[in-house]
Amino acid sequence: MTAPFRTPPTFDVDAVRAEFPILSRQVNGRPLIYLDSAASAQKPTAVIRAMTAAMEGSFANVHRGLHTLANETTDAYEAARESVRKLLNADAGEIVFTKGGTESINLVAASMGLELQAGDEIVISELEHHANILPWHFLRERKGVVLRWAPVTDDGAIDIEGLKALIGPKTKGVAVTHMSNVTGWRSPARQIADAAHAAGAWVLFDGCQAVVHGEVDVKAIDADFYVFTGHKLYGPTGIGALYAKAERLAAMAPYQGGGEMIGVVTKDHITYAEPPHRFEAGTPPILEAIGLGAAIEWLSGQDRAAIAAHEDALYRRAVERLEGCNWLRILGAAPGKGAILSFAVEGAHAHDVAQILDRYGVAVRAGTHCAEPLMQRFGVTSSARASFALYNTLDEADRFADALITARSFFDR
Amino acid sequence: MTDDIAAELDALADEFDMLGDPMDPERYRHLMDLGHGLDPLSNEERTEANKVRGCASQVWLVTEPRDGRLIFRGDSDSDIVRGLVAVLVTLFSGRAPEAILAFDIKAAFARLGFESAISSQRSNGFFSMVQRVRRDAEAML
Repeated sequence: MTAPFRTPPTFDVDAVRAEFPILSRQVNGRPLIYLDSAASAQKPTAVIRAMTAAMEGSFANVHRGLHTLANETTDAYEAARESVRKLLNADAGEIVFTKGGTESINLVAASMGLELQAGDEIVISELEHHANILPWHFLRERKGVVLRWAPVTDDGAIDIEGLKALIGPKTKGVAVTHMSNVTGWRSPARQIADAAHAAGAWVLFDGCQAVVHGEVDVKAIDADFYVFTGHKLYGPTGIGALYAKAERLAAMAPYQGGGEMIGVVTKDHITYAEPPHRFEAGTPPILEAIGLGAAIEWLSGQDRAAIAAHEDALYRRAVERLEGCNWLRILGAAPGKGAILSFAVEGAHAHDVAQILDRYGVAVRAGTHCAEPLMQRFGVTSSARASFALYNTLDEADRFADALITARSFFDR
Repeated sequence: MTDDIAAELDALADEFDMLGDPMDPERYRHLMDLGHGLDPLSNEERTEANKVRGCASQVWLVTEPRDGRLIFRGDSDSDIVRGLVAVLVTLFSGRAPEAILAFDIKAAFARLGFESAISSQRSNGFFSMVQRVRRDAEAML
């Protein structure tokens, strides 16, 4: 079977690349082939300009001043929140800015964890990133909460029936990925949410990858919580978001205390600001929020279906070019997966592979990808990962595959 | 046994320079070949105590004092790190501690074209190995 690897005419990858200044640089004397976007994506000029423009033209602290710059900055910060709201199809007041996906999940675990008792259960999966494991482990250690682990299939998907079987009367929450950072598998979110809700539990989705590669509608999937980070979404580091249903946020205790999140403070009494500000203690990452807003607006101006088709073509191109390489083991090839190619090379340490690829200008990740339970599930100590983004080209997919084949030859002895 | 580490480094650098410019991937192939020439450590020597703290790849280094000199042997589950160990052994094993301490180990690897390999210190533990070599040399003084 040979599918045509043509990029749809509505998506002009060369035009997109021109908006990412860093992509024109050389690495080790060769053109950069950046295949580590699942770790952190590069930034378009629109993001760089928005942050620079704020610093050069209008900046002050938010929600605090009565002067022009404070008002302008507050407007820009809240406009960024509106961009996030639209991106997820949330309602007003349901978006909390955090410093990233990790903090978003920690916030939910800390606040929702307050009401949990020993023996209460949280269902997660073997597919999760550590960010969606550790906060729940804290509840296990501190409160005696029981973690139930949904199994992962050989092709890198959560076993949905296995997951459903774990959900029961003791289940208080279900926290799973919306798209795996290792296998690229996309979870059937609505199905999982329905199963959780039927048991009276809430559901959280880790959308750090999913939000980059497709459209997300928190209403359609009936998520109680949805988290993502900005820096994988072509935005800056240090900013992310938590979506929570309004009634959830209204009932949740604050996560951190400080400025910006209070109503009244006396020596023996405090009241809190309304959500979402209740959950944003201290001066927030203002410039980063503005940058994230710019990234979302920029991405929303693209044809996202065309991007998805392009990314899929990149993945298929690389896999096809590597077909027949019996030393290659792809971790996770579930149907409908996204453009993330994790692999182990027989007889070679993943770090060595990545270091040699770097000499060919190819940037890939190597290690456990912050997903050690999944590495254990696959029986590998580490793996390498090539993750494709909208700015990668078919030629880059070819050159990656060729460099990998050459790198493998280094290990013949 | 002499302590002319610089001459040994010159010889190694000549070998690598024949393979092309400092960024040429072929250097890694040669480095890994050097690693294959290293005598593997026995399982008894692959102890926690001999393990060099590193994040992903495992590295072991055994140091033995002999006649006022240091003998190094090492191993790793990473072919590249094993090659780096081989270079380290070639340059420093059998030398007097003073000679080892007087030598800029990092600069030596940079000259061979492996600066990036050793600057990613958190990921391969190589930097910890260099510190270990220096520490063991200092302990002998």
